[in-house]
Amino acid sequence: MLMRILPEIGHFALIIALLMAVVQAVLPLAGAATRRPLWMAYAQPMATGQFVFVLLAYGCLTASYLMDDFSVVNVANNANSLLPWYYKLSAVWGNHEGSVLLWSLMLAGWGCVAAWWSRHLPRDMLARVLGVLGLISAGFLLFMLLTSNPFERHLLDIPADGADLNPLLQDIGLIVHPPMLYMGYVGFSVVFAFAIAALLGGRLDAAWTRWARPWTNAAWAFLTVGIALGSWWAYYELGWGGWWFWDPVENASLLPWLTGTALMHSLAVTEKRGSFKSWTVLLAIATFSLSLMGTFLVRSGVLTSVHAFANDPSRGLFILVLLAVTVTLSLVVFALRAPRVSHKVGFNWLSRDALLLINNGLLITMTMTVLLGTLYPLILDSLGLGKISVGPPYFNTLFVPLTVITCLFMGLGPAARWKTTSPGELLRRLWLAGLAALVLGALIPLVYRGEWNLWVTLGLSAALWIVLSLVRDLFDKLLHRRSVWAGLRALSLAYWGMVLGHLGVAVTIIGATVVSHYAVERNVRMSPDTRVEVAGYQFTLTELTDRRGPNYLADAAVIEVQRGDSQRRFLMQPEKRLYLATGMPMTQVALRPGLFRDLYVAMGEDLGDGSWAMRIQYKPFVRWLWLGGLLMALGAVLAVADKRYRQVRPARLAQEGKA
Amino acid sequence: MTRRLLLLLLPVMFLGLALFFYVRLSEDPTGRDSALMARDFPAFEATTLKDDQRRVDQSLLTGEVTLVNVWGEWCPACRQEMPQLLSLADRGIRLVGINYRDTREKGQAFLDEFGDPFAINIFDPEGELGFELGVIGAPETFLVDAEGVIRYHHKGYVSPEDVQGRLLPEVAKWR
Amino acid sequence: MALIRLISLTVLICLALPAWSAGIELREFDDPVTEQRYRDLTASMRCPLCENQAIDDSDAPISADMRDRVYQLLNAGQSDTEIIHHMVQRFGDYVLYNPRLERRTYLLWGLPVGLLMVTGLVVALIVRARRHASTKALTSDEQARLKALIERKEAP
Repeated sequence: MLMRILPEIGHFALIIALLMAVVQAVLPLAGAATRRPLWMAYAQPMATGQFVFVLLAYGCLTASYLMDDFSVVNVANNANSLLPWYYKLSAVWGNHEGSVLLWSLMLAGWGCVAAWWSRHLPRDMLARVLGVLGLISAGFLLFMLLTSNPFERHLLDIPADGADLNPLLQDIGLIVHPPMLYMGYVGFSVVFAFAIAALLGGRLDAAWTRWARPWTNAAWAFLTVGIALGSWWAYYELGWGGWWFWDPVENASLLPWLTGTALMHSLAVTEKRGSFKSWTVLLAIATFSLSLMGTFLVRSGVLTSVHAFANDPSRGLFILVLLAVTVTLSLVVFALRAPRVSHKVGFNWLSRDALLLINNGLLITMTMTVLLGTLYPLILDSLGLGKISVGPPYFNTLFVPLTVITCLFMGLGPAARWKTTSPGELLRRLWLAGLAALVLGALIPLVYRGEWNLWVTLGLSAALWIVLSLVRDLFDKLLHRRSVWAGLRALSLAYWGMVLGHLGVAVTIIGATVVSHYAVERNVRMSPDTRVEVAGYQFTLTELTDRRGPNYLADAAVIEVQRGDSQRRFLMQPEKRLYLATGMPMTQVALRPGLFRDLYVAMGEDLGDGSWAMRIQYKPFVRWLWLGGLLMALGAVLAVADKRYRQVRPARLAQEGKA
Repeated sequence: MTRRLLLLLLPVMFLGLALFFYVRLSEDPTGRDSALMARDFPAFEATTLKDDQRRVDQSLLTGEVTLVNVWGEWCPACRQEMPQLLSLADRGIRLVGINYRDTREKGQAFLDEFGDPFAINIFDPEGELGFELGVIGAPETFLVDAEGVIRYHHKGYVSPEDVQGRLLPEVAKWR
Repeated sequence: MALIRLISLTVLICLALPAWSAGIELREFDDPVTEQRYRDLTASMRCPLCENQAIDDSDAPISADMRDRVYQLLNAGQSDTEIIHHMVQRFGDYVLYNPRLERRTYLLWGLPVGLLMVTGLVVALIVRARRHASTKALTSDEQARLKALIERKEAP
């Protein structure tokens, strides 16, 4: 009996969660404004309660999926009784309604963690932070209940079986990519809540930045991993070996990533030096606003993208209102409450302050470029100036130089001191790294390919410059220590976080440069015993077979691969699948991953005479793209673990002492 | 005070962006204008659907305002718009069909089943003429004036409302 | 966020497609330069039917036709500009992923460059102003609080 009303329980739990979110928003914010401790005290229990009820709703929907309850519209449209159980779990968020539920769950989860983790914060600050989070939660829960209810039922004509999950989504990449991305988007809501709370409470001090930094790093790490996973998924699942398409949906995730990166660096200046306070707060607001805007662009049908959700104008309108209210209100609060006179902290042309300022300037330029390129066709169209497209060639033309310029300053930043650095000293410390980067960057394409290439040299030199200047900095830091070990131990986790983060950028740039210029692709006709050579590897088709999977039929090929004259051989087995429920054909590529190269075989179509068209690709260094992303995320996490963020108690004591 | 006013420009600017998004919500981002508007109907040479010996070319489309409809037996929306095309032909409008990526047998069977509003059908099995016209699928409908210049383009299914609201006024305009 | 719809619902309703043909094409090229030109051209043209895909990674029939045409024109000895013009004549500027520089795209190409210069100018102005600002990092009030913080931390 209970099992049969699970969707109704879930629906009811969402309503209760909405009510709790409203209480969590209204009472603590009003309490903080009127100094009523009792009202403020509602914040924590409501945040916890909201999370529990959204979790309950999420559990109910998951159960409906696992039990093949096709009376639930959402289940009937996105699952099938033949679907393996793990894809049933991930199918929950493989659609619009379910993904909004996942989004809400994460929002409530972040709020709950914030409520308990930050319980040492001054009471009014905590009340405001949770209040703002409650407002956002209430908006999303209302959105779900009014326009995207995942628990809607088929009242009549309950289908005997479901329509099945889109085959492209039946994959490990899709199991992990959206949750990571959402964790990032949603995580920035906590930073946003801290920013608004600080503005409302007039508490834009060093303590504020210290509270906001770990949350920023955590959200940024999730977003980075999410974007990297999305790129990896597109690489092997779409069947063409591309890894970044400058698609509007990818751009929508890149925008908050860029401003989030700027925010991390700006927070560092604000914490260490007390300058740029207003700018930092504005970045925190902008980052979350761009996350919300991305959600709007992806789900409203305003943009054409291969990744967009099936759209519905009423949903688009609701998110637009949510976006407009959130952003406008927060910008008004910013305009009215931003510090009146900012304290002018002095620094010189060559100083870490100035370099971080340049970093922010460049990142904002990149953000605006992506935004411009994404929206420009829409603007022209609305002005009646015709339809144009803005795609990869445009973005690459602008992004490659911008990235190289950014790298130039990235090499200088860690080596420079706060306030002022003498040019002579910097030159003495870094000339060797700079020279080596240039020479190596120029030589590597010559040695590797026997042909010089300007773009490869630029990319490699930029990456090597980052790495070598980091190495030099480390060397200088260890030079004056008694032993290397003592020196290494003396360095803070925050420093190691920076090193890993920058190293990650360099690794990604190396991957992007090499794979863009040195990938090899060949389309070939293969029949049994055909042998083809690509980039020094011999591919021999040994067998063509049929296979039957749980919910698909497949033509499969077995290809034996051998490198040069080496005796080591391995098999690659690409497939061409036909999914039974949807009738959709899908290419399942065979991948042989490696740190320095991937081999990639995709099966085309039957050419009739017992031979098949195949696409064989050799992708050097492609793994470095995502490896770099992981390093960046790891760096951000290491920095969070730094001990100065664990000492929250004294801050509170000081606040109370002052009060 | 001026600084606060300047900062208040931020929310105002954002509201402008939001308003732009609101306008975009009601517009179809996939729509695409034909690149051939106000240009001569492309030169071509082909046979007709009925007669593989008869050669026709672009002169077929001069002398009278003509609606050129791109269709194929494999296209469900083409079936649904046949009644509308028949009603247009009944009003004395000249229709020329382009049988697009189809076979003679299937195309003929289609006309036998759903009626034939076309004065003549150009046979385009490889989609070559379609390519010259920038056709990306079927159905698509072009209005060609008496001088053989393309004046109007309708992508996709022609509904009874489209006949009244768009095609008839355009035909009247160019006659 | 990656829910792929290869063809939008609107297209499915209004426009039908001839039989599906997924494509890995076997093409012979005279020389590696032509092959690279073919790859670059097909990667920078947008499929006019799909949501947002280049013709080189789209399964739509029109993309296959366009690839064929690019290949034919290349073999006929046409230049990249001529081939691009050929496509724009038929399908409009919409098929170019690399928008041409013309009046309506001045802002698109110019704004990022302008922004970069403005950014440089703003940074320069800020640093110039800050160079002579007080070098004292904290106000006396803040220093007192910092001191209190440190003492508290060290106490127990």
